[in-house]
Amino acid sequence: MIRVDKLKIANLPALSFEVGDGECMVIEGPSGSGKTRLARALADLEPAQGHIFVNGAERLETPAPAWRHFVRYLSAEPGWWTDTPREGLPMDPKSEAQVLRLMASLNLDPQLLDKPVSVLSTGERQRLALVRALIDDPPVLVLDEPTSALDQRNTALVEEVLRYQLINSRSVLLISHDRDQVARMADLRLQLAPVDETPDSARQTTSPILSDTQTSQLSAPQK
Amino acid sequence: MTYVPLDISDLVVAASLMLINGLVSWAFALKLERTLFINSVRMALQLAMIGFVLKWIFAQTSPVWTAGLATIMILVAGYEIVSRLSRRPKGFSAYLLGSGTLFLVGTLGTGFAVLGIIGPDPWYQPRYVLPILGMVLGNAMTGIALTTSTLFESANRDRTAIEARLSLGANRFSAMGETLRLSLRTGLMPILNAMAASGIVSLPGMMTGQILAGLDPIEATKYQIMIMFLIAGATALGVVIAGYAGVLLITDNRHRLRLDRLHPAKA
Repeated sequence: MIRVDKLKIANLPALSFEVGDGECMVIEGPSGSGKTRLARALADLEPAQGHIFVNGAERLETPAPAWRHFVRYLSAEPGWWTDTPREGLPMDPKSEAQVLRLMASLNLDPQLLDKPVSVLSTGERQRLALVRALIDDPPVLVLDEPTSALDQRNTALVEEVLRYQLINSRSVLLISHDRDQVARMADLRLQLAPVDETPDSARQTTSPILSDTQTSQLSAPQK
Repeated sequence: MTYVPLDISDLVVAASLMLINGLVSWAFALKLERTLFINSVRMALQLAMIGFVLKWIFAQTSPVWTAGLATIMILVAGYEIVSRLSRRPKGFSAYLLGSGTLFLVGTLGTGFAVLGIIGPDPWYQPRYVLPILGMVLGNAMTGIALTTSTLFESANRDRTAIEARLSLGANRFSAMGETLRLSLRTGLMPILNAMAASGIVSLPGMMTGQILAGLDPIEATKYQIMIMFLIAGATALGVVIAGYAGVLLITDNRHRLRLDRLHPAKA
């Protein structure tokens, strides 16, 4: 369970919302509306005012590395720092079994572990990064377009893995541009709209300012 | 052994060699004539001035004047480090990083040499302190500038990898471990290469100077070996301190990568 209290990011109004255990909230909004910055702020990778709680622990009262075991952020273009995926993954027997199980469910050949990261396809890297993010069972997942490089079949596999996470009482926050995926996955939806910085009142209607009340309205369940 | 002093006319003869540079610039249309002229005049004036300053300071043998010149050397070297960075930290921190590190290794290195090894009487004799400090600073400066500029460049290039490691719960030092290692290695390379090449490919400047001034080559060699170890030790210390300080500078205490603390790369 993650609870966000008056989180202030860039020129968005202060955001407050709550995503319960086993719930998936989809974060929507046009490019530049602050979706990625919100996601990064949740994992405390970017400075932001406001409080975030995970299962009672407060962000700034928790050491940052420990916090990122609670709130796992997976960026849209995950980086690698080793030649092969194996070197970048924990490989004690328990974790290795977990890695192989996750790879099997994401249609990834175990041989990929020993190939240079640079020869893997974007989609393979994306799914391997998801594997990497799930190994230590973080209670809150913040995923930035985790299926952007995947075909329909592999997208379905990723969603299946995410549903399994939800069944296991984890909270999932998902940035997605894919309407069908939003419809399939969302228990809650958060719509971000950029604040129009030009003082042109005529344009206010096309670019509504998001208020605290609107945010909570937007958290209305879909199902 | 005799020492042949040079007079001004000898320097004028040597300066005629600048005509070669001028010819090259003219023949290949490099348009460097102006820079050539200004820089060679600047070199001659700066060296002449430091000659008089040193002569005066040597005559005083005063710790205050020695410390004063040492401070200026450290500040200028710190400024030089910052000017070699393609991505400069915002504000004053880079100068503090540069001059602070140099102050530490300069004091330690020079103190070690004059108090622990050479032992002149009195120990603060500027004739020993200032040249040794100069050599320590010059080499540490190169090492520190290479280390920090590599660190900032590669942190920027490997941002996604560093943030991936942070996201997985690594602290800032392990997340930047590979980057820091690469930077330290780069910063140490020149002094390691210099040690390998010295005596065969190059005769180090200080040794050459002592030999020209009439010192026995064996004595000059002993001094040079001592200086090489001193420089290598001081550079290693400076590089490590500056490397860690650089990591602290581009991360914060919430273990975030803060590339916003750097100016964009110079064009």
